[in-house]
Parts: sequence; C-alpha cells; structure tokens
Amino acid sequence: MAEQNENSPEQNLKQTQEELNPSKVSKLRSSEKSLLRLLENENPVPNSVISQSLDEIVLSVPTEEIQEAALKLRQSEGFAFDYLRCLSVVDYEEYFEIVYHIWSRLYRHKLTLKTTADYNDPIIKSVTPIWKSADWFEREGHELFGIDFKGHGNLKPLLLWEGFEGYPGRKSYPFHEYSEW
Amino acid sequence: MKIVLQFAIVAMSIIAIFTALLFSGQTDIFLKALHASALFGFLSIVVLALIWYERKLLARIQMRIGPMRVGPFGILQTIADAIKLVTKEDIIPSETDKILYWLAPIVVFLPSFVVWTVVPFTPSLVIQEMELSLLFILASSTLSIVGLVMAGWSSANKYSVLGALRATAQLISYEIPIIITALTIAMLANSLNIIEIVLSQSSQPYLLLQPMGLLLFFIAALAELGRTPFDIYHAESELAGGPFLEYSGTHWSIFYLAEYFNTFLFATLVSLLFLGGWLGPWLPGIIWLFAKIFIVISIIFWIRGTYPRLRIDQLMEVGWKGLVPLSFTNFVLTAVFIYYKWPLWILGFLGLMSILVIMFAFKQQKSSQPPSIMLIPSSEVRHV
Amino acid sequence: MSNESTKNIESVDIMVNMGPQHPSTHGVFRMVLWVDGERVVELEPHIGYLHRGSEKISEGEIYPQVVTLFDRLDYLSNLNNEMAFCLAVEKLMEIEVPKRADYVRMILCELNRISSHMLFYGTMGLDAGAMTPIMYGFRERERIQKFFQSVTGARMMHNYIQIGGLREEPPKSFQGQLKEMLPQLSKAIEECDQLLTLNEVFLLRSKDIGIINGSDALELGLTGPCLRASGIVEDIRFTEPYSLYNEIDFNLPVGVTGDTWDRYAIRIAEMRESIKIIEQALELLPDIGETKAPGVRLIPRPPKGESYARVENPRGDLGVYIVSDGKDKPYRVKIRAPSFANLQALRKMSVGSYVADVVMILGSLDIVLGEVDR
Repeated sequence: MAEQNENSPEQNLKQTQEELNPSKVSKLRSSEKSLLRLLENENPVPNSVISQSLDEIVLSVPTEEIQEAALKLRQSEGFAFDYLRCLSVVDYEEYFEIVYHIWSRLYRHKLTLKTTADYNDPIIKSVTPIWKSADWFEREGHELFGIDFKGHGNLKPLLLWEGFEGYPGRKSYPFHEYSEW
Repeated sequence: MKIVLQFAIVAMSIIAIFTALLFSGQTDIFLKALHASALFGFLSIVVLALIWYERKLLARIQMRIGPMRVGPFGILQTIADAIKLVTKEDIIPSETDKILYWLAPIVVFLPSFVVWTVVPFTPSLVIQEMELSLLFILASSTLSIVGLVMAGWSSANKYSVLGALRATAQLISYEIPIIITALTIAMLANSLNIIEIVLSQSSQPYLLLQPMGLLLFFIAALAELGRTPFDIYHAESELAGGPFLEYSGTHWSIFYLAEYFNTFLFATLVSLLFLGGWLGPWLPGIIWLFAKIFIVISIIFWIRGTYPRLRIDQLMEVGWKGLVPLSFTNFVLTAVFIYYKWPLWILGFLGLMSILVIMFAFKQQKSSQPPSIMLIPSSEVRHV
Repeated sequence: MSNESTKNIESVDIMVNMGPQHPSTHGVFRMVLWVDGERVVELEPHIGYLHRGSEKISEGEIYPQVVTLFDRLDYLSNLNNEMAFCLAVEKLMEIEVPKRADYVRMILCELNRISSHMLFYGTMGLDAGAMTPIMYGFRERERIQKFFQSVTGARMMHNYIQIGGLREEPPKSFQGQLKEMLPQLSKAIEECDQLLTLNEVFLLRSKDIGIINGSDALELGLTGPCLRASGIVEDIRFTEPYSLYNEIDFNLPVGVTGDTWDRYAIRIAEMRESIKIIEQALELLPDIGETKAPGVRLIPRPPKGESYARVENPRGDLGVYIVSDGKDKPYRVKIRAPSFANLQALRKMSVGSYVADVVMILGSLDIVLGEVDR
C-alpha cells in the first residue's frame, strides 16, 4: 500500500507533468519564479515533489498528508495560500488524482497541489477545515467519482437525482454508450 | 354548457326580483334597484376602460405599445380577458372550508359596490343621498378586510394564511390616516355629506387648504388598494399570490373587479374631497369630475410603473411612524384653526411648508451620505 | 405580548419551499427556507436540476465541438466561456493568437458583459417589484444581440471564438456598427441608472441587506462583482491578464459595505467601464490581420499535458482545467464555475434576514443555473 502511494507521484510525473527544465522555468511569471525558489529552499511540506506544468508550479504530496500539507501551505510564512480556486478530480483508471488550484492574495502567486487516491478504495481527508470553499467541490467529487472525503460531514448528493446509481464521472461508467430507453 | 346554465339562472333570478318589486307596489325601491343596476353596468364599463388604460399607460412607460390586436387599439382586450377568466376551470381544493370559501369573494365585493350608491357624481346624480355619506363610505370599505381574512383562512394553504394576515395588518394600519384625513375635511366643511363638502369648495378646493391632507390621503389610499409600492401581499415574486392563491376563474375575477371598483372609488373620493368634484367653469360638472378622476388615476398607474415595492415591515413603519402622526397633527392643527377662527389660508401655507420641509430633509439625508462605490483606476490595481 | 404568556407556547419553524418553479429564483433552483415568523433561520439550496454532464460529454468530443458545449454553460455570457476554453487549449498548444483576432475577441467579450449585466439589472428590478427596468434592460440586450447576429451569425450560442482565433472574419461593418451602437448604449446605461439606483424604495430594499465582509467572502470562495462589493480588489483581468487587457486602461469598481446595493451598483459601473474598454480597443484594432493563428489544424491535437485558464466572466472567475493525453479529444475537462462557488455564500448572507430579502440577495448574486449545474 505504501509503495503504491510512493509510486504514484512518480507516475504523475511521467504522465502529465514535465521535470523542472530551466528553459521552461524561465517562462514562468516572476511571482511563480520566486515561489519556486522559496519551495526549493524551504519546502514546508515533507515528502512532496516539485514540478512544473506550463505556467504553473505543481506540488505533489502523498495521500495521507494532504490535509497537513494544505494547512502548512496556508499558514507558513511566505506562502499564505488563503484562497482555493478549484478542486478537480481526474480519473486515470489506475488511481484518482485530486488537483487543488490555490492562490495567495498576499503574495499573488499560485500553486497547483496534487495528490492521489487509491482506485478501489478512494478515501482522502477533506480540506474543508482549511478552505471553506472546498465544500461543494468535494460534494461534487464524491457524487461523480465516488471519492470519500473524510471529515467533510455533509456529502449529500448535489447534482444528480436521488437514487442515481453509479459514478458517472469515472471512465468506467458507460457514458457514451449509455441510453435510457 | 354549465356556464350558460349559470348565467341563465342568475339572469332569471334578477328578473324575478325586479318583477316582484314592481308588482308589490314598492315603486321607489324598484326605481332605486333599477338605478343601482344601471350603476353596476356603468361601473363595469368604467372598469373595462380602466384596465385597458392601465395596460396602455404602463406599456408606454416601459417603451412598448400594449395590447393592439383585439379590437382597434386593443380596446376589446379586457373583454377577451374577462371571457377567458369566466370560461376557466374553477379549481377548488378539496380541503377548503366550503362556506367561507364561497362567501369570501362576496364579502370582499359587496361593500365595494354598495358604497357607490351614495357617491354623488353631480348634486342630482346620486342614487341615495345620505347625510352621513362620507362616514358610510369609510365604514363600508373596512368591511372588505374581513372577506380577505376569510379568503386566506379558508384556502387550506399556509401561504394564503400568511398572505391574508399580512394583508390585514397592512389594511387596518392604513385605515387610520384615511379616516383622520377625511374627518379633517369634514371638519372644514362642517358636514359629513359629500355633496355639501363639494359645494363648500366653491371658493377654493381643499387642495389649497390641506395639501398635507391630500398627500396623506393619497398615499394611504395607495396602501388600501394594495397598489405599488404597497402591493406586497399579492406580489407574485414573494410567496406567490397571497390570500387569493387558491382562487381561479370566476371567483378570482370577483376579487379583481372589487379591486378596480375600489381604485375608482378612492380616485373619486380624492377628486370630491380635495379637488373640488364637479365644480369648474363653463364645462358641465360631470366632465370636470371625470377629468379630475382621470388625472388621479393616471398618477396611481404612473407610480405603479416606476417604484419597486416595500417590504412588509418597512410598509408598517411608513404607516405607523410616518402617516399616522402626520395625519393626527394635521387634524389637531385644523381643529385649532377652526376653533380660533384664524384665516384658513395660513393653514394651507403651513401644510405646503411642511411638505417642502420633509422633502428637503429627505434630500439632505440622501446627499449627505450618498451610497457609492469606489472606482479604482487600473494603474493602481496593476501595481498592487 | 408579555414573555410569560408566550413562554409555554410551542412554536415550530415553518418550512417554505421556494421550489424549482418560482418566479424569482433565476432558473431551476430550489431553496428550502426555515422561517421563524418573517426571519429566515436556515437555508438549504438544492441544485442539479440543469445538470447535463457537460464535463463528461466533452471527453467524447473533439476540441472544436467542446467549444459549443461551453457556449451553453453560462448561457448569458457565451463568448466569455468560449474564451476560457480556447485560452486553456491555446496555453497547452503554446500558440499565439494574432492581434486583430485578439482585439475582436476582447471587444466581443466586453459587449457580452454589458448584455449580461443588462439582464441582471432587469431581473433585479423585477425582484424588487419594479416592472419597468426589465423592459429597458431587454431593449439594450436586443441591440447587442442584433449586433452579435451580424458578426457571429447567432443571437445567443455564438460558437465564434475558436482555438487559435475566430471562426471567420468579422463583417466589414464591424467598426461602423460599433461606433454607432456605443453612444446609444452609454445613454441607455445612464437612463437605467437614473431609474433604479438611487430610488428611495430600492435603497430601502437593498441597502444593508445580505452583508458579507471581505474575509468571509474570501473564505467562501466568492469571486467577481460579489467579492469586489466587499471591498476586496480582485479581478482576473488585472491579476492574471489574458488577451490584451494589459494595454487598456479602465477603472475597477470596488464596493464599500458588501451589501446588495453595492453588488448592484458595481455591475452598473462595470457596464460603463466595458464601454471604455471597447472604445479603446476599437482605436487599437489593426485594420488587417489574420483571424486564426497559423498552424492550427481543423482538429487540433494538443500535446500531452494539462493547463488551467481563467477568465473574468460577468459572474466571476471562470476556470477551465484541461488534461490532454495527445489525442484529438480531451482526457478531462473540469469547469470551475463562478456561480457554483458564489452560491455557497448564499446561506451566510441570508440567515437572519427577512424572506423578502432572500429574493433580493439571490438576485444580487446573479447566478446562472447553467454553469452551476453544468
């Protein structure tokens, strides 16, 4: 189990992100460049991998540490990520990836925080205690993908009608062949 | 078919009553009943014209043209609507209290028609001349509030009960400024008979002596009628409909008719009490009266097209904290002036001054702390 | 009403259901209120009546087809949505849009902002009880939609902003029509302003209603005019400029109190600023230029990767997160809708106010159910 979680950030790198490439880093905005320097010097989140994707810096953390990582990112000096812009769930068929786009009002820099969840038993700690705006995003993620956000407290269905069976967001759901009659 | 049958029954019963009256020898009651039916017919036509006029005026304010297709300039639109209403299916919920449900429209409608028998259009054109006609009108118009509560309570729906209670609170509170202001006029004219009140305005209309009274009466009348800005109890965007929620078709059209009879009544009252009624140079009196009523009604419709509506607690505040003290002050002041026989034009002047002072105070308050937002230029934002 | 006599009376809060069909919930939106007398004690929004699975559908469509899906998300500001998606894909493919196309895009987006705010103005008046503002608002919308029809071919679902630029060259009368329309729009905005903004009854209905302060707004994830009403200076056009907003100077309206009136007044001011933007963009518009970036195939195949693009929708911050695996269909499209996040703040704003105020607060949030439910 632990091995699988250790491997998944590496799998991430191969699939969707690029390694820190100096020519790409130079294309970042100044606020992100200073953030990168800060992260390289004193990363408040242990066990995390820094990478870059186009104009965003990506920080991947293991599944259990997402809540502490989020808390540290919010409270640490120099980071102050107080605004959660978006919380998305991506289904990579072997694991789920949960992507948080966060923004700091004070320093005007943005970060993409990523973590993975096991495919067969996706449980992850909710970040609602840290950013209240994650409330409905997590409800939607639970409803469409089946991810259990521990600590949320109110994972009622949001978008689909009551009694809907299945998780239509997953790739395994027969969407494009689905017909009601 | 059912409707034709209903109409036939109603028509035959009316004819039966009339023939009974005729043959029993009570010719004066028979004549009065005939006049009353003619009045009813006349008022219905007036209501048709009013509804058409309201739709046209509102449309012009909103940059449209209003009904144009049914008849030339849409004159027959109201008749088409009336036919539609009458032929609609009468949906009566099963859990309503049947007696109250059927009685409520009658209780709302009857007072608003009965008072028309004492309203004089000219000194000779009145069905029943009463010494206390003003009192009779004010007292009867209060009766229809009971009908409103009956309507709200009998529909087995918590929203209509809420709406009926709100409506009752509103209507009862705004009765007070109306009655007090009307009594002020009666004091000035030294009579409760509307004909004498109008005749005593032959030197100057009470508009000049009681500008404050006119304003208070007009605003309170707007609230009595349930017109914008006081129409929260039957506003659709709130709890959808108020006390008339469960009424449909013919039942509802009786309420609607009563509302327009009331509008016409209050406009006539304003013209008779404050604007001098049928008095005026060279034209016959009835044309003057209708011209004045027309102006008042246009203002009522104009306000409807412009203002948003007040919330129920703000409405009660305006009534109790604004209109009631002012009307009482007006009453006492007028009484003092009459008792000491001071010249009455000073009274009018004082009224005008107080209106101007209030308007000025409002403007001051608005301009001293105007609500505003900040506009930050982009150069500042980009540096931040 | 002494306290002793009412102590033993058991009172229960009434549940009022402002159901999916209601004259004043803007779209199919259901609110369940628990009311104590006239005060709202608890509010629970129910959404999902318009859920069409746009995100899932887009996994089976090629990229130009996904643009049409985005049109129908926030159906009042179609061009802004298309812009968001195209920006995300252009970021992925690292292509640069030619200048003329970029200016035309910006002009169209700002015009869309004006027409969306005009509808907001009309429905705000209707919620307050005035019947005239909606007629004025829709008249201006007609003007703008006629112009859109001449440029893009459709009044509403334009499908005009494509990956790499525009779908086709704007008509020759583009600048002439705009020059004629802008003074008319300015005059209409002043008329609309005069009718409602400082009306005493409207002030009574909207001042100090639904106040939310800056830190609460940030916590709950508000964006757009609702956030700026609470005094926070935050606008995507300034913090992460896209298109050519860096070359335009305009003011940013920011509110003071965070109440309903501020949210309303900011949108009216934004309309005026949009006209300024369009005027400046018209002057800077190059006369000739390509409509699409060279090298963009009909069916683009962006390289593997992911990108996140943000635009300033009339409602707030619309974010699009695209994951691509090199094929001609996206792997995952996630839409971060501003109204979705704004609705979470409804409960905080309304608890403790009157039922009639909840209608006004909902109107001032300016949600569009198409993007809440997707």
